[in-house]
Amino acid sequence: MSTIVKRVTPLLAGLIFLYGIYIILHGHLTPGGGFAGGAIIAGAFILLILAFGSSALNLKKEVAGSSNTESIALLMVVVLALMALLFGTKVFFFNYLPKGEPGELLSAGVIPLYNIFIGIEVAGAILTIFLALVIFKEESSK
Amino acid sequence: MDALIPLFVAIPLISAFLIVILGKLVKGFHRFLAPLTLLVLLILAVYEFTGLGKISITYAMGGWTSEGGVPVGIYLVLDGFSVLMLCIINLIGLIALFYSLSYITKYTAESNYFALFCLIIAGMNGVVLSGDLFNLFVFLEVSVISSYALVAFGVGKTELEASFKYQVLGGLASMLILLAIGLIYWKTKTLNIADVRNVLDAGYSKPFYLFVQVLLIAGFGLKAAIIPFHAWLPDAHSSAPSPISAMLSGVLIKAVGIYVLIRLFFNMFVFSYEIALVLTSLGAISMVVGSLLAIKQWDLKRLLAYSSISQVGYVVMAFGMGILLLLRGNNEAAAVLAIGGAIYHMINHAVFKGLLFLNAGAIEHRLNTRNLKEMGGLSKAMPVTSTTSFMASMSISGIPPFNGFFSKLIIVIAAINGRFYLLATLAVVVSIITLAYFLKFQRFAFFNKSTGKALDKIKEVPFAMSFSMIFLAVLCLALSLLALPSVRDSILSPAIDVLMQSDLYFTSTLGL
Amino acid sequence: MTVYILCFVLFLVGLYGLITRRNLIKIAISLSIMEFSIFLMLVLIGYIDNGLMPIVDPGLSAQVYVDPLPQAMVLTAIVIGLATTAMLMAIAIRLYRKYKTFDIREMKNLRG
Repeated sequence: MSTIVKRVTPLLAGLIFLYGIYIILHGHLTPGGGFAGGAIIAGAFILLILAFGSSALNLKKEVAGSSNTESIALLMVVVLALMALLFGTKVFFFNYLPKGEPGELLSAGVIPLYNIFIGIEVAGAILTIFLALVIFKEESSK
Repeated sequence: MDALIPLFVAIPLISAFLIVILGKLVKGFHRFLAPLTLLVLLILAVYEFTGLGKISITYAMGGWTSEGGVPVGIYLVLDGFSVLMLCIINLIGLIALFYSLSYITKYTAESNYFALFCLIIAGMNGVVLSGDLFNLFVFLEVSVISSYALVAFGVGKTELEASFKYQVLGGLASMLILLAIGLIYWKTKTLNIADVRNVLDAGYSKPFYLFVQVLLIAGFGLKAAIIPFHAWLPDAHSSAPSPISAMLSGVLIKAVGIYVLIRLFFNMFVFSYEIALVLTSLGAISMVVGSLLAIKQWDLKRLLAYSSISQVGYVVMAFGMGILLLLRGNNEAAAVLAIGGAIYHMINHAVFKGLLFLNAGAIEHRLNTRNLKEMGGLSKAMPVTSTTSFMASMSISGIPPFNGFFSKLIIVIAAINGRFYLLATLAVVVSIITLAYFLKFQRFAFFNKSTGKALDKIKEVPFAMSFSMIFLAVLCLALSLLALPSVRDSILSPAIDVLMQSDLYFTSTLGL
Repeated sequence: MTVYILCFVLFLVGLYGLITRRNLIKIAISLSIMEFSIFLMLVLIGYIDNGLMPIVDPGLSAQVYVDPLPQAMVLTAIVIGLATTAMLMAIAIRLYRKYKTFDIREMKNLRG
C-alpha cells in the first residue's frame, strides 16, 4: 500500500478503536452493546493488517494471542453467570451487583461487565477468523 | 435439584474453552478433561432422571418470573421427555468420546476436535432443556455449526464437499425455522412455548397456523432428514469421522430434529388433522424409500446412513399415528402405545445405530477401506467387532430377544389396534428388507472369504474402541427389558404423559 | 402489509440464487440475503404506530415505545449469521485449493 495509506491508517485505527470502546461501555444506555462494539474493534485491527500487509506481522503469535483472548473472555462471561448462583436468589444469570440510577454510566448491575467481556470476545473471534484465513493463504501459496 | 439445570449447558461450554486455551500449554490435557466433563454430565442426567418422577421442573433464568400471568423471562423446562433425551445424549456422547480417544490419532489438531465435541453436547443439552422458542433456535445453531466443522474434520476432497452440501441445506433449514418463529411472534406476541399454547387456546386462524406448521415441518424435517429432505445425510454421515457419524446419526438428528418437532406439535400447537396426515405419510415414505435405497449400496457407511433415514421414518410415522388416534378420540390406549413405541424406538436407534457406526469405524481403522467388496473373513481376525456388529444387526432388523424387536412390535400393535392396516404391513415389510441388507453387510464384511488382504496382519482394535462397542452391545440387550410393563411405567410413562396432556405442560410452567 | 410481502420477495430472491447459482461464493451470498430478509421482517413486526425508540429517558413519563424484543432477537441472529457465513467461506476456500475451481459442477465425488 502507498505511503499515504500507511501514514493515515494508524491515526484512524486509533479513533475507530476508541469509538468501539464507547459503544461497548454505553451498551446499557444507547443502542449497541457487546456485539456491535466488538465488531467495530475488530474492524480497527483488520484495517491495520490490510494497510501494512501480512509480512509486517508475526502471524502465529497474533492468532495465538487473539484466540486466547477470545477464550478467556468467554470463560469470564460463564464464570460471571455462574457466580450468580452464590448471591441473592441463587438463580443462573441473576443481576447481583447494586443497580444505581437509570441513565448513569455506572448502573444496571452486572450488565456493563457482560457487555465488556462479550465485546472482547467478539473482537477476538472476528480477528481469529481473519487471521486464520490469512495464514491459510500464506501457507498454500508457498 | 433446581440449581443443577443450567449446569447442563454451562459445564460443557467451560470445558470446551478450557481445552482450547490449555490444550496448547499442557500436552494431553484434552484427553483427561473431555471424558471427565461428559462423565459428570451423565451422572447429573441420571440423578435428575431418578429424582424426577411425574413432576416437571421449570427454571426461570435470571430470576425473571411471570408478571401478572405473562412470562417475561427465558425458561428452562425439565420434564419426563426432556430428561430421557438428556440421558441418551450424554450417554451416547460419553461412549463416542471414549471411542474417539484412540480413533483420533489418525488426525492432527486433536484438541480442536474435543472442544468442538463439547460444544455439540452443550448445544444439544440446551435444545432439549429450552422452554422458549428463540433460545431453542440459538442452541440449535450452536450445535449444528459445530457439527459442520466436525464433518469436515479430515480435510480431504469428499469431506469438504459433504460438509459444504450439509451446510447449505442446514442453513436453509435454519432460515425456515427463524421465519416460522418470526411469524409465531407476530400473531401471539410471546416466545414462551407454554404461553403460545395459552394464546392459541383462546382462538386462532387456521390457514395462518397451517402455513407456520408446514414451514416448521420443512425446517425440522431438513434437520431430521425425512424424505424429501434427506439429500445431505448420506454424504455427511459417511464422510465424517466414525464417532462423529455415531453422534450425528444417533443423537443429533433426534435431539434437534424429531424432539423439537414433537415438542412443538404436541405441546404448543393445537392438533390438526391435515398436519397429522402429512407427518404420518412422510414417515411412511421415509421408511420405505430409505430401506430400498440402502439395498444397493456397497459403501458401508452410506448403507448405514440410508438405514438411518428408514428408522427415523418409523419414529415419525408412529408419532403421526399417535396424533391421528388422539384426534379420533375413542382409542386412547392405542395412542399411548403408538407414542410409547416411538419414544422407545428413538432410544433403541440411538444405541444400535451408534454401535453400527463405531463398528464401521473399527473396520476402517484397520483396513483403510469402506468398500464392502474389499473386505472379507473378518470374523476370525476381529472377534469383538464381529460379535458386536452381529448383535447390532440383529437388533436393527427386529429379531428377538434384542431391543429392536420390542419397539417395532409395539409400533405394529399400535397400528393394528388403530386400524391402520396399511402402515402395519409396511412396517413389517420394511423390517424384512432391513434384515436383507444387514445380512448383506454381515456376509461381505465378516463371513466371506478374504479377497486378498493378508488377514494375519489385521488385529483387533485398541482397548478404548472395543470397550465402547462392548458397552453399547450390552446396552442393546439390556434395553429389551424396557418392554416389561413395570419398567416401562417408570421410564416411558412420564414422557408419554407430558406429551399427551398438554395442560400438564403449561400449567406447571406458567404456575410460577 | 406490503412491507411484509416485500420481505418475503427478498427471501425468495435469496432462495432463487441458492438454487440456481454455480459459484460457491454466490451460494454463500444468497444464503446471507435470505438471512437478512428475515431480520428485516422481524424488526418490522415490532413496529407500533407513532412509537418512539425504546430508550427510557428518566425525565419523561411513560411513552409509547416500539417493541424492543425483536430488536434483541435480530442482534443475536446477526451474530449467528456471521458464524454461518464464516464457516461457509472457510470451507469454500479449502475447496478451491483442492479442486482449483469454484464451480460446483466440478465437485462430483459423492454420488449414489
